[in-house]
Amino acid sequence: MRIGKDLVAAAATPVVLGILAEGESYGYAILQRITALSDGELEWSDGMLYPLLHRLERLGHVRSEWRQSDSGRPRKHYRLTEQGAGVLAEQRRQWSVVGDLLSKVWPDDGGPRMRLAFGEI
Amino acid sequence: MAPETPEHDATAPGTPDAPHAPHAPHAPDELDTLVASWRTWMQRHDAVTDADLDELESHLLDRVDGLREVGLHDDEAFLVAVKRLGAVDELSHEYARVHSERLWKQLVLDGHAEPGAADANTLAAASGTSDRADAAGTRAPFWKRANGLAVALALGVGAGAAVKAAALLGADPAFFLRNAALLVLPFLAAWFVWRHRPPVGAVLAVAGAFAVAAVALNVFPWASLSDAQAFGGPVTDTELLASLGAAAALWLMTGVAYAAGRWRSSADRMDFVRFSGEWLVYYVLIALVGAALSALTIGVFSTIDVDVAWFFGEWVLPCAIPGALLVAAWLVDAKQRVIENIAPVLTKVFTPLFAIMLIALVVAAVLQWNIVDADRELLIAFDLVLVVVLGLLVYSYSSRDPLQRPGWFDRIQFAMLVAALVVDVFVLVAMVGRTGEFGFSPNKTASLGLNLILLVNLAWAAWLQLGFLRGREPFDRLERWQTGYLPVYLAWAAILVVVFPPVFKFA
Repeated sequence: MRIGKDLVAAAATPVVLGILAEGESYGYAILQRITALSDGELEWSDGMLYPLLHRLERLGHVRSEWRQSDSGRPRKHYRLTEQGAGVLAEQRRQWSVVGDLLSKVWPDDGGPRMRLAFGEI
Repeated sequence: MAPETPEHDATAPGTPDAPHAPHAPHAPDELDTLVASWRTWMQRHDAVTDADLDELESHLLDRVDGLREVGLHDDEAFLVAVKRLGAVDELSHEYARVHSERLWKQLVLDGHAEPGAADANTLAAASGTSDRADAAGTRAPFWKRANGLAVALALGVGAGAAVKAAALLGADPAFFLRNAALLVLPFLAAWFVWRHRPPVGAVLAVAGAFAVAAVALNVFPWASLSDAQAFGGPVTDTELLASLGAAAALWLMTGVAYAAGRWRSSADRMDFVRFSGEWLVYYVLIALVGAALSALTIGVFSTIDVDVAWFFGEWVLPCAIPGALLVAAWLVDAKQRVIENIAPVLTKVFTPLFAIMLIALVVAAVLQWNIVDADRELLIAFDLVLVVVLGLLVYSYSSRDPLQRPGWFDRIQFAMLVAALVVDVFVLVAMVGRTGEFGFSPNKTASLGLNLILLVNLAWAAWLQLGFLRGREPFDRLERWQTGYLPVYLAWAAILVVVFPPVFKFA
């Protein structure tokens, strides 16, 4: 199953902020984490992560720093700022409202609406 | 590239396999080359900076490492990793959306994001070493920051101080006219020496040229001021010609320092030509804004009855005019990679207009047939016309993609060249007639010589241009002809300085 483009775009910010809330990280590791957590369902091209990170940095949600990796390569690390944590909390509230709504519209047992939609009533 | 053996994949990424020692070092090389070419390709996208590329490269290498662990070859891993980055246009568009200001590229003054000269950059990329200043997080020493602004400013202050010191020591106007180039251009040459590190031989050659000019200009027994004023001017003709010749010759000689001693190379000469054009544009811009600022300052202070005009006359002008020379030179270097060059843009606008003007002049001259009766300023005016035509030609060459097929612009250029040649032949015939009648004066001889030099250049340039339009000459020949001709100007300028004054008895 491929998740639609708009949905991926909408989810990108809270997902990235959420991963950074676990601790500081860098681009490649963030993508690996997303792939692992979503069982490969949530995917976008690798490069697109970086403009997103830059936008978050510009907005002040994350801060970046160049570090040496173990292999000696320079690597840009990102970490959540306090403001970013606030934004994450806010986004989380919004998404849980949407999630609650969706779970009521599409209850697990199908519910009366579904049965209506499928002409079972 | 030597094909890799399967065993090679089993080794840890980046560590050469010992049993394959003779070939093994090629493996990381191959990846480095691929990454370097990827970088060069990505650099064409204006919205992506070097710092972004550092970050993307780091990601790319992480991805390559990951793919190698599952058994891919270097090149396969690289291809997959690049593919995973996404379509370049989309990526670049996304960067542009986030950093829209980059499309109006800013001049970086804090020296943080611009890791110095372009060649240092490609070197780092080609060798795969990651010593980029921003990536490693180190700060350059202050004199290296912002492309050496501190050094340029210091040299600019030096140039201003040299002029001011000469004025305070009571030099007369004739001295300034003669020595203007000698007082100021050494600082520009010093800037090039610092910036481009020419070999010692080139530095000595440039210094030698300055020494010769200094001796010639100040040892020759110029006719005294009162004698010359009898002819209506503050300086004699030969003195004026020698000053102009010295400025031209020394400018070309500083080009040797600019080219870091590679003055034989056509490409390096063309670089200096590009530099000269851009420098002129920046200098004029700085002068315009500087004049506006000065006028405003004087005006504002006069409203509160404080006269500051003397300060501008005594200090700002003598120091700012030489100082701005260095600032303009610094700007050209600093902006070179950052923004589209402006001189070729002006060339594109003015070449068609100039062609129309020259064709109109040919028609008018044929209809009236009175060029022969024109006054004696004529030859100088037409020298200027030829200089402008050549300038338009050379600057459009300097920015032209040599692989592009001839187009409408090249035809307009050809029309302009032919019109310029026709006009010049009219004038030359007239002038040779007059010279035969009235004899040689230094001014006439100097401009006649320059006229002939320019005429030869333009005639052959037109011939090559025709060949190019007909698909018989590669563009490279046109460019080489112009760069190869530069020493002719240098020689004529040197003759004006060294030979003319004694020959015309310092008249």
